[in-house]
Amino acid sequence: MRPFEYGNPSTVKQAISLLGSDWEQAAVLAGGTDLISLMKDYIDTPKRVVNIKSISALRGASEVNGGLRLGATTTFEDLFENPAPLRDFPSLRAAIDGIYSAQMRSMGTVGGDLLQRPRCWYYRNGFGLLALDSKGQSLVPHGDNRYHAIFGNAGPAYFVSPSSLAPPLVALGATLRIQGPKGERELPVAELFRIPRHTGEREHTIQPKEILTEILLPASARRLRNATYEVRERHFMDWPLATASVALRMEGRRVRQARVVLGQVAPIPWRAEGAERELAGKTLDEAVATRAGEAATVGAHPLSKNGYKVQLVRVAVKRALLAAIA
Amino acid sequence: MTKELIRLKVNGETHELAIAPNKLLLDVLREDLGLTGSKRGCDDSSCGCCTVLIDGMPMLSCVALATSYQDAEITTVEGLARDGELDPVQEAFMSWGGAQCGFCTPGFLMTTHALLEKNPDPTLDQVREALASNICRCTGYTQIYESVLAAAQKIREKRKNEIAISK
Amino acid sequence: MAEIKWPSAANRGLIGKSISRIDGPWKSSGRAKYTYDQGPAGMLYAKLVTSPYAHAKVTAIDTSRAERLPGVRAIHIFTAVGKEVNWEGHEVVGVAADTEELAEDAARLIRVEYDPQPYLVADTDAQHAGPGRFREMSPRKTGDPEQALQQADVTSEGTYGQPVITHCCHEAHGSVAEWKGDELYVWISTQNVSGLSNEYASALNIPATNVHVDCQVMGGGFGSKFAADSWGVAAAAMARKAGRPVKLMLDREVELLSAGCRPSLHAKIRVGAKRDGTLIAWDSESWGTAGMSGGGVPQLPYIIQVPNSGHRHTSIFTNIGPARAWRAPNHPQMCFLTMAALDDLAAKLNMDSLDFFLKNVGLTGERAGVYKQQMLMAADMIGWKQKWHSRGDKTPGHIKRGLGLSFHTWAGGGHMGYCRTTIHPDGSVEVATGSQDLGTGTRTVIGIVAAETLGLPLDAVRVEIGNNKYPPDGASGGSTTVGGVSSSTRTSATTALNELFAKAAPSLGTTADKLEAVGGQIRVIGDPSKSIPWKKACAKLGTTPIVAMGQRNFSLISSGVGGVQMAEVAVDIDTGIVRMEKMVAVQDCGLIIDMKTAMSQVYGACIMGTCYALYEEKIMDQQTGTCLNPNMEFYKLSGLDDIGDITVHMMTEDSYQDRGVIGLGEPPVISPGAAISNAVANAIGVRVPELPITPDRVLAALGKGGLV
Repeated sequence: MRPFEYGNPSTVKQAISLLGSDWEQAAVLAGGTDLISLMKDYIDTPKRVVNIKSISALRGASEVNGGLRLGATTTFEDLFENPAPLRDFPSLRAAIDGIYSAQMRSMGTVGGDLLQRPRCWYYRNGFGLLALDSKGQSLVPHGDNRYHAIFGNAGPAYFVSPSSLAPPLVALGATLRIQGPKGERELPVAELFRIPRHTGEREHTIQPKEILTEILLPASARRLRNATYEVRERHFMDWPLATASVALRMEGRRVRQARVVLGQVAPIPWRAEGAERELAGKTLDEAVATRAGEAATVGAHPLSKNGYKVQLVRVAVKRALLAAIA
Repeated sequence: MTKELIRLKVNGETHELAIAPNKLLLDVLREDLGLTGSKRGCDDSSCGCCTVLIDGMPMLSCVALATSYQDAEITTVEGLARDGELDPVQEAFMSWGGAQCGFCTPGFLMTTHALLEKNPDPTLDQVREALASNICRCTGYTQIYESVLAAAQKIREKRKNEIAISK
Repeated sequence: MAEIKWPSAANRGLIGKSISRIDGPWKSSGRAKYTYDQGPAGMLYAKLVTSPYAHAKVTAIDTSRAERLPGVRAIHIFTAVGKEVNWEGHEVVGVAADTEELAEDAARLIRVEYDPQPYLVADTDAQHAGPGRFREMSPRKTGDPEQALQQADVTSEGTYGQPVITHCCHEAHGSVAEWKGDELYVWISTQNVSGLSNEYASALNIPATNVHVDCQVMGGGFGSKFAADSWGVAAAAMARKAGRPVKLMLDREVELLSAGCRPSLHAKIRVGAKRDGTLIAWDSESWGTAGMSGGGVPQLPYIIQVPNSGHRHTSIFTNIGPARAWRAPNHPQMCFLTMAALDDLAAKLNMDSLDFFLKNVGLTGERAGVYKQQMLMAADMIGWKQKWHSRGDKTPGHIKRGLGLSFHTWAGGGHMGYCRTTIHPDGSVEVATGSQDLGTGTRTVIGIVAAETLGLPLDAVRVEIGNNKYPPDGASGGSTTVGGVSSSTRTSATTALNELFAKAAPSLGTTADKLEAVGGQIRVIGDPSKSIPWKKACAKLGTTPIVAMGQRNFSLISSGVGGVQMAEVAVDIDTGIVRMEKMVAVQDCGLIIDMKTAMSQVYGACIMGTCYALYEEKIMDQQTGTCLNPNMEFYKLSGLDDIGDITVHMMTEDSYQDRGVIGLGEPPVISPGAAISNAVANAIGVRVPELPITPDRVLAALGKGGLV
């Protein structure tokens, strides 16, 4: 690990003052399970590390205006052990239950989950986020892309967004509070993510001098039927092969409006708008869920080795929908 | 690299150490404090061999900076035995064959401790869930969850006896 | 002296019982010191600079910047300028420094220039490999396979395979080396405590007598830790240069890149049988890679001697990393190919797989009766007849269940080795041998044999192993340790005891040959009233202990075992995810010394087998020549909750135990891949032809038809 200066602020304001104008200057440390790994491998080499876990205001779940506020450094274990705040959000609960590691749950934070970097093995092995070869071509399309994107993969980015919480949060219409030197901004979770277009652009829109402080679920989200289904190869600390999270505004058994968000299949949490259109106005049953699963795959562009993920999307969407109305 | 003076409370004892901020908790325990029970396995948060308890929670010391845990109570496998007497979880791993080559054992012991502290009467499924991400390469896992269930029973009996005596 | 034998079943107090390992207290207290845990005063840490290329010539090495870094104490060149590196991770330079962080910084300051060379990391087929990249081994043929295939009523044809995997030992390869004058002391994670002296001696130009090797406990080896290796020698060389001890443990990445590949094996197989299931024809064309070496020639078919059979093999030379023996070298691969091809034939014959294998069990030769008995037992344990269905689980729902079976053999035997038993005048006993305990229970087995022989409780015997100052013992490979150490221990303890009998006999008014040692007493055979306690007998030694040597003794050991495994799996046919729900393992290993550690070997083999059946693969990128998963995040292994119920049954009838001791480490790891693959085929109605059986492969196989 490259040497760094360690900051341990007790307020968000202090923390922001310790951050730098680019990512090389400083990194924000929460649970550390991803950042420290990246630093040990010299993938990330910040000059300063700013620990935000001593900022007590950032941790905890509470009800705010009928909605739910999750402080960014709330751990998975906080929610796993005391799931009461999630009672209306089984989709979040499922995502947390899917983290099959007592250790990862104890260390990992909800903010860290959103801001963890992609697991793409080219990236992690030092080929850069876009996995470019010496000629500037991505190694992914002709390489081993079994875990890579099937949506949003026109290039040059082919990695997948690894966040467990992003699909349910996007589906539920959650927003984020981000603080920076000029104050606070709020943005929909979906807007935290972007598909990088060139080297140097990150997959998150958060700026180097900003800190993610809160996740906010609106009161209206409590009325949504919601569920998440993760396709997991192992009951082990592992990333799902595909995830679908659904949030449904129902009128009786009829879907008035649906949000279907896929994880692990695109560089960003991927809205399956085809599935959403398929569901709108329908009475949700197995046949409709199956058709929605099919519709979710429209626009998929599998690479040489990840065609199976199309089927996983189909199944994940169907199972998430059926879980939502179970 | 500049070293900083930190204070770490490990197994009930407070240590003052001069360390660089980039030093991992695992390395401080093993190298600076000589507590080599916690192991470096995968070195990348994927095997559980380095698990220690931090304020009672199982955490991976291979991806933890020592400096971040200055105010915490850290427990390593060396801190489980009381007055040289192994605790029931350690006893059970011995008699149920939970340790084979033994390299993963300290990590399993710590994760088990955290589980039984919260849930003294776990079902097999709860044991499987709690220990899901500690990798063992040689026992066969069966003996490990049998060890955990046996330890849980022993702890419950011990507590019952203690209650009976105190009455 | 009478021939040395094992006590009869009725006279075994410890042997064969379920006894906890004697090193359990160290291991569960955290006190067990592994190589990784050693830290002699003044120790330096070493790091490696390794090749980022799969194949390249080293054209320049500049260590000057590293050498200028304060605290850097020694540099070691593994691959000199002008020499080639042959895989990503191939060691080039080592550097030792005051701290691990400093050594890492120094390694990053070392500049190595390479001239990249053509490479190959794919083992797809020989044609793809190109000239000079493959070697065709001499074909083997029995009878007339082509004609037999034409005459067969039913034939089946398929291509099956499994990739290169690694050992992924929890404790990485490595050592700590310390010099005291010109004496070298090394702690090393090794399967070969007594066998390393020469390697160090010749590399460092010192007499073998000056090499002192220690390994009390180790975190796994599985066949990959027989040598000191270049990095072991480098640690010693750097320690000599620096005048301080050096620790050099491979980091996880290099461990997975360099410290051991299990060769891949693929084959096109055609098999044929008569309508009644009698197997008559086999023809196979196999290929695989063992890195840059040829590797062994696989024997196909495995175990079953098909009357007409032909086999051709091509070794492909790749830059995938060096092969090392992996628990039961070649057997798991050969077993999977054979059992999968035959199971597919059974399906085409519309036969229950169990019936098919029973029908042909005679073709296995001398162990046919063993396999038959074990198959019937295993079938009973898993409920084969109740649960069996023909290919494709027709029950509704997306979870399909299936059963599969496989069987295997392994020689075992016992390696050459010596043991020394010392009986002290105060009654204390030490048995010492330069063996090693990989976690298998070797230390415990030695203690049990000595205690049983001397009629003492287990804790009355001190067991000393893991150091080459003790009488030499063989390397722990090929399941030869338990045979080696149990027979050398039994022999030396018996010899020592006979000397003690001679000292004690006069006071009991008899001769040594009329005495026995039971329950801490030396007593007259047939007259237990005439006895003296152990301690009193030992007191007659005066001041000189009895020291007796023993060596591997063929009258106490045997070789050749059989085992049958059956697996039950659940497959989600919508996602392709396979779960191993149940396995039964029925295993013969001759006389069992410690039932608990023996069964633990079998349990452990079942999970190791499940790992390679479902998850493990060294994934290579032909574009860059690099390995994409040199970490335990993507080099996937089973966690505790990925494993179903495992039931182990050890054969303990006299006919098995009377054979003497036989090794057990390898055999049970051979069958799981085949049993699980066959179970998946049974569940979904179609073969997933490659291991590991990952969701993409299951879905691809289903796409080609299944659930018929």
